[in-house]
Amino acid sequence: MKNWFVTLIIILNGSLLAQTPPGDEILKRVDQNITAENKVLTSQMIIYGRRGERTVHSKSWIQGTEKSFTEYLDPPRESGTKMLKLGDQLWMYSPQTDRTIRIAGHMLRQSVMGSDLSYEDLMEDPQLHKIYSVESVQGDVFNSQPCWVLELQAKQSDVAYQRRKIWVDQARYLVLKEERFAKTGRLLKTTVVKSVMQVNNRWVPEHIVFRDVLKNGNGTEFIIDSITFNVAIPEHIFSKAALRK
Amino acid sequence: MIQFIIKGLIRDRSRSIFPVLVVTAGVALTVLIYCWVKGAENEMIRANAHFTTGHVKIMSRAYAAESDQIPNDLALAGIDTLLPALKQRFPELVWTPRIRFGGLLDIPDEQGETRDQGPVMGMAIDLFSPESPEKQLLNLEPALVSGRLPREPGEMLISETFAQSLNVKCGDRATLISSTMFGSMTMANFAIVGTIRFGVTAMDRGSMVADIGDIQRVLDMQGATGEILGFFNNFVYNKDEAQKVADAFNQRYSDEADEADEFSPIMKTLRQQSGLAELLDMTAGVYTGLTFLFVVVMSLVLWNAGLMGGLRRYGEFGVRLAFGERKGHLYRSLLLEALVIGLCGSIFGSALGLALSYYLQNVGIDISGMMKNAAMVMSNVMRARVTPVSYVIGFIPGVIATLIGAAIAGIGIYRRQTSQLFKELEV
Repeated sequence: MKNWFVTLIIILNGSLLAQTPPGDEILKRVDQNITAENKVLTSQMIIYGRRGERTVHSKSWIQGTEKSFTEYLDPPRESGTKMLKLGDQLWMYSPQTDRTIRIAGHMLRQSVMGSDLSYEDLMEDPQLHKIYSVESVQGDVFNSQPCWVLELQAKQSDVAYQRRKIWVDQARYLVLKEERFAKTGRLLKTTVVKSVMQVNNRWVPEHIVFRDVLKNGNGTEFIIDSITFNVAIPEHIFSKAALRK
Repeated sequence: MIQFIIKGLIRDRSRSIFPVLVVTAGVALTVLIYCWVKGAENEMIRANAHFTTGHVKIMSRAYAAESDQIPNDLALAGIDTLLPALKQRFPELVWTPRIRFGGLLDIPDEQGETRDQGPVMGMAIDLFSPESPEKQLLNLEPALVSGRLPREPGEMLISETFAQSLNVKCGDRATLISSTMFGSMTMANFAIVGTIRFGVTAMDRGSMVADIGDIQRVLDMQGATGEILGFFNNFVYNKDEAQKVADAFNQRYSDEADEADEFSPIMKTLRQQSGLAELLDMTAGVYTGLTFLFVVVMSLVLWNAGLMGGLRRYGEFGVRLAFGERKGHLYRSLLLEALVIGLCGSIFGSALGLALSYYLQNVGIDISGMMKNAAMVMSNVMRARVTPVSYVIGFIPGVIATLIGAAIAGIGIYRRQTSQLFKELEV
């Protein structure tokens, strides 16, 4: 009887493992879902600070993983501020000063528009499989969705977060929840996807809540108002000259 | 009696010169150390009050809890109503709003690209109101190394050392990159119109000074400020009065709603900020300890001098006792002699100590070499400070030590046996 029970456990366990794709495979599927040749999106960030909330609207043009251009549209104080990312470099243009400043060094750790996102977060390669290796895969349920929980370890030391833990929707290969850790193991940031939408057969997070756990605020909501994939973006947009226009 | 003793001391210099010299040296050192410690204490209070703490300071409760980090996101709002109310309620103080902020100062090249960049600590003060005390408090005009003070919005001063490291001069433009009250990155162009040297390393390393109106606009802080500093009208810190003002103000904002509101104002005195109470108490403790040490050391030296004098005057005391002078009278005359010596030494010592202190008050000692990495707000030139107490402080150890020394040495008089005197004198 005892031997039968052990055999059953081994068979059940084996069948579960057989259903779980390798961690690297899951990560690549997640990356495929989120990256596109190019995309244009309009979004709003609702920033909850200790003094209340603010909403910042912006429009972004993104080409692959290397180039992106963002223009802030509202509120009036931020309107006309632009950001350009080319590879590992980031510039910011302020219409009030008519100056283009390269964001580098410790400035990268500053908050974007007072949100829970840092410039460093924006600079990260969105393709997780390139910079992280999967340490473990486990099953879990998040918001009634069966998920795989992947523990990721950075392949190199020059990344903002040495460890990440992500909850990947098993059906749609979307990251529904994420915890980002420092090298010391301290939790730095969390993200939770509140809703998703389907655009051109892709599943895209529509409403995300970012939270910098080192700050006292109540997090930042990032809401995608519209997103279009694979549209033609003029090359001149990804130039420093475009910042001043 | 006193005339007799003074004559004795003048005619027998061997019993007056050495004790007077010792008392003079000790008193001079006591006066000098007192003036030096007073100078350091005064300078510490002045520099901290004028640059960071005020005699009292009002902040929001949340800001006060993290004030070392200069959290402008927790700034005090509604100063347009608070400032007039303060001026009306506490007319014995001058009130001035200030914003301290951090950021980067970016210097563009001809194409507008970054040429040089450095971290900056900024101070936004009321530069343009005629009633503003800031120019006087920060000693701006004498601190000016080159250029002029800002006359209109969009102008700023930077520290001379910072200007040299960024390779900028008056007339150049610089972009301040900082964070607004709501956390957004913000940029603003300023014209550098002057360079300054406060003589305080912590302020001279990389600082800028601009008008508070400009900085309120740049940091999105309209109607808000980080701090409101209050100074007594005579600009002299009064610990007890400052505490009374703070208690009265805080009483007004002490109901439950205010306690719960992290943005309600709270007033702190100078001593309640930056650990200054401990520092000032420690300074006072060091001074008291040093004075006590001087009294002890001088007493030991004068006791020794008294013993030597007693040995040398062994015969004289014997004769005086043999003539029938009472031991108590002899002992008292010895104490009176010590009093005269103590007074003389104290007068000479105080004069010497005061002369040296006045010199150090005017000239000072440059300690900038020791302050290179200091974060403390303290002047690079340390000066002594002569106060009315300086004129009398030396008399305490000078007279007390001499009297104690003579009193201990004179105890031997009571050990002499009158019956043995003639036998002793034959020898």
